[in-house]
Amino acid sequence: MSIIDRDRWQEIFVALKQNKLRTFFTAFGIFWGIFMLVIMLGSGSGLENATKRDWNSMATNSFFMWTQRTTVPYKGFPRGRAFNFNNDDTKALKQNIEEIEYIAPRMRGFSRNNSNNVIRGDRTAGFEIMGDYPEYNLIEPLNIIHGRFINKIDLEEKRKVAVIGRRVMEEMFEPGENPVGEYLQINGVYFKVVGVASSIKRDQRAEEENTRISVPFTTLQRTYNYGDIVGFYCITAKEGTPASMLEQKVKTIMKERHKIHPADNRAIGSFNVEEEYRKFSMLFTGINGLIWIVGIGTLLAGMIGVSNIMLIVVKERTKEIGVRRAVGATPLNITTQIIAESVFLTTFAGYFGLVIGVGLLELVNYALITFKVESDMFINPGVDFNKAVSALAILVVAGIVAGLMPARRAVRIKPVEALHDGN
Amino acid sequence: MISLSGLHKSYITGQNRLHVLKGINLEIEKGEMVSIMGSSGSGKSTLLNIIGILDNYDEGEYKLNGKLVRGLTETQAARYRNDMIGFVFQSFNLIPFKNAVENVALPLYYKKINRKKRNMMAMEYLERMGLKEWADHTPNEMSGGQKQRLAIARSLIARPAVILADEPTGALDSKTSYEVMEVLQEINKEGITMLIVTHEKDISEMTDRIIRLNDGLIEYSNGIKKKNVKKMVTA
Repeated sequence: MSIIDRDRWQEIFVALKQNKLRTFFTAFGIFWGIFMLVIMLGSGSGLENATKRDWNSMATNSFFMWTQRTTVPYKGFPRGRAFNFNNDDTKALKQNIEEIEYIAPRMRGFSRNNSNNVIRGDRTAGFEIMGDYPEYNLIEPLNIIHGRFINKIDLEEKRKVAVIGRRVMEEMFEPGENPVGEYLQINGVYFKVVGVASSIKRDQRAEEENTRISVPFTTLQRTYNYGDIVGFYCITAKEGTPASMLEQKVKTIMKERHKIHPADNRAIGSFNVEEEYRKFSMLFTGINGLIWIVGIGTLLAGMIGVSNIMLIVVKERTKEIGVRRAVGATPLNITTQIIAESVFLTTFAGYFGLVIGVGLLELVNYALITFKVESDMFINPGVDFNKAVSALAILVVAGIVAGLMPARRAVRIKPVEALHDGN
Repeated sequence: MISLSGLHKSYITGQNRLHVLKGINLEIEKGEMVSIMGSSGSGKSTLLNIIGILDNYDEGEYKLNGKLVRGLTETQAARYRNDMIGFVFQSFNLIPFKNAVENVALPLYYKKINRKKRNMMAMEYLERMGLKEWADHTPNEMSGGQKQRLAIARSLIARPAVILADEPTGALDSKTSYEVMEVLQEINKEGITMLIVTHEKDISEMTDRIIRLNDGLIEYSNGIKKKNVKKMVTA
C-alpha cells in the first residue's frame, strides 16, 4: 500500500470524479484559504519591505546624542544649566569605550533658514552647513556621485573643502557642469567643492541631505569660531553590543565629565535607532502573526468543508464500502483510502491556491516595476520559499485531520448494514 | 466445512431484545450444496451473515474449516473473508464506477496482488462466466443475469472454500435464475461448498439439501436428489 500505488490513485480520481461540481466547491474552499494566506503574507512582506527600506539607509546599531539643559541640581550647579559637548569628550569616548565602532561628532554651522548663506557668482541660496567627520559616511551612507567625501587629511589640515548635496549642485551650478574643483562662498569664506553626494533616503529626509553642505568638522569649528564645541554625536556599536547598552555607557561617562546628576536623564537627549527599529520589527512580527492566524482560520473553514463533504461521500458510498469490507478490505484499508482522498483534495486545491497566489503577487510586483510605481506602502511583495513550504505542510496535515472523522465514520459502517438487501 | 452448535443471536434495539437465532445446530460438509429456506424473519439472513463473518453471535460455537470463529478483530475477520469466503448477493453489490474487470479483481486488490496479475486472473474468470466481451463495461450497462454472473466471478477469484449466496436469483426472472443456478452448480462440482439462501422452492430443489428455518430454529434438514439445471434447460 505504498503512496505511489497506481490503484490508490485510481480510486481517488474515480471517487472525486463522481461528483465534479461538489469536488470543485470543496476544493475551492481550500484553494481560497491558501490563496488568501499567500496574498496576505505577500502583502505583509510588501508592506514590511516598504517600511523597512527607510531603515536600510541607516545603521540600526546606532544612536544620536545631543545636549539639553540639566533638570537636577548637582555639585553646586543649579538646574536648568546649559552645557556643550567638546573635542575632549570625543577623545575620552574613543579612549574609554572599546565597544564603539564609529563615532562621528557633528556640528551644524548654519541652518538652511539662515537667509542666503551660500554665494556663487550671481547665484545665492540658503543651505544647511554641517561640520562632519569621515566616519559619518559610514554610519549614514550617502551616494557620492562626483568626487569624494570628507577625508582624514581634510580634517587634520582643516582644509576649506566642501561636499555638497545634489540639490545644492543643481541650484548653484549649470546643468551638466561638474562642481568638483569649483569654489563656493559660504558665509563669507570660500570653500573648494570636492564631492557631490546624493541621498539614498526618501522624501523629507532625502531633501534634508540633498540640500546640505558638509565641510570638515575641524574647519567648521575654526572658521566660524565654534571653539571646541561638538553639536551632537552619531555613534555605532560594534557587532555583538546592543546600541542601547552602549548608549547607557556613553551617557554615564558624559554625565560624569559634565557634572550632571547620574539620575538626570533629560540633560542629554538621544535617539536610539536600534530601539526604534526593534519597535518596528515587533510591529511586523505582530502583523505577520495576525496574518497567519487569519490565514489559518480561513484554511480551517476550508478544511471543515472538506471534512463535511467527505462525511457525505462516506454516507453515499456506504454500500460500496460494505462491499469492499465483505471482499476483504480491512478497517485500515478503508481509513487510508478516505484519508488519502482527503489529503489529495486539500493538497491539490491548496497547491493551486499557492501557485495562483504567488503568481498574482509576481504579477503585481512586475506591474509595480514595469510602470515604475513608486509606492510608499508597497514594495516587492512576495512569499519566500520557507513560507510556501510550511503552507504546503499545513495543507497535508489539514487533509489528514479533515479525513480523520469521515474515515472513522467509514470504518464504523458494518458490512451487514451496508449490504442489506431489498434496497 | 461449516459446523454450528447451539448458536444464539439476539439484536437489541432500544428497549427491545429480538431473539433471532435460538440454538442452531448444523453441519455442512465440504463440497455440499445447501439451500436455506424460511419465511422472512425466520433468521436465514442473520445465519448467513454469521457464517460469512459479517456479524458475530452471542452463544454457541461456529467452526469454519475446523477453526473456531469467535472474537475476531475486524482486521482478522477481513482476512478470513478474503481467504475463505465468497459472497453473492441478491442486489449484486457491484461497484458502479468500476468496470467488469476491476469489479472482479477487487478481492485480489486487498490480497495485495499486483495489478497485472490481478487483471489477468479477472479476465480468466470473466471468460468462464461468458463475459469476456463485457470486460470494459460498467455494471449498469449489463443485464441482471450478466451482473449476477459478474458477482459470481468476483466471489470465485480469491478461490474461496465456501460461497455464500443470499437470494442470488431474487432479482432475476426465472430463465435468468436458471442460468445463474446452472453456473453455481458447475462451481459446486469443483468442490466448493455452497450455501444458498432462497425462498423459491424450485431454486432450493437444485441443491443437495434443504434446510428450513422457522422462528430461529431449524425445522427440518432434508437431503434430496438435486435437479440438474443443465438437463432441465436442455430438456
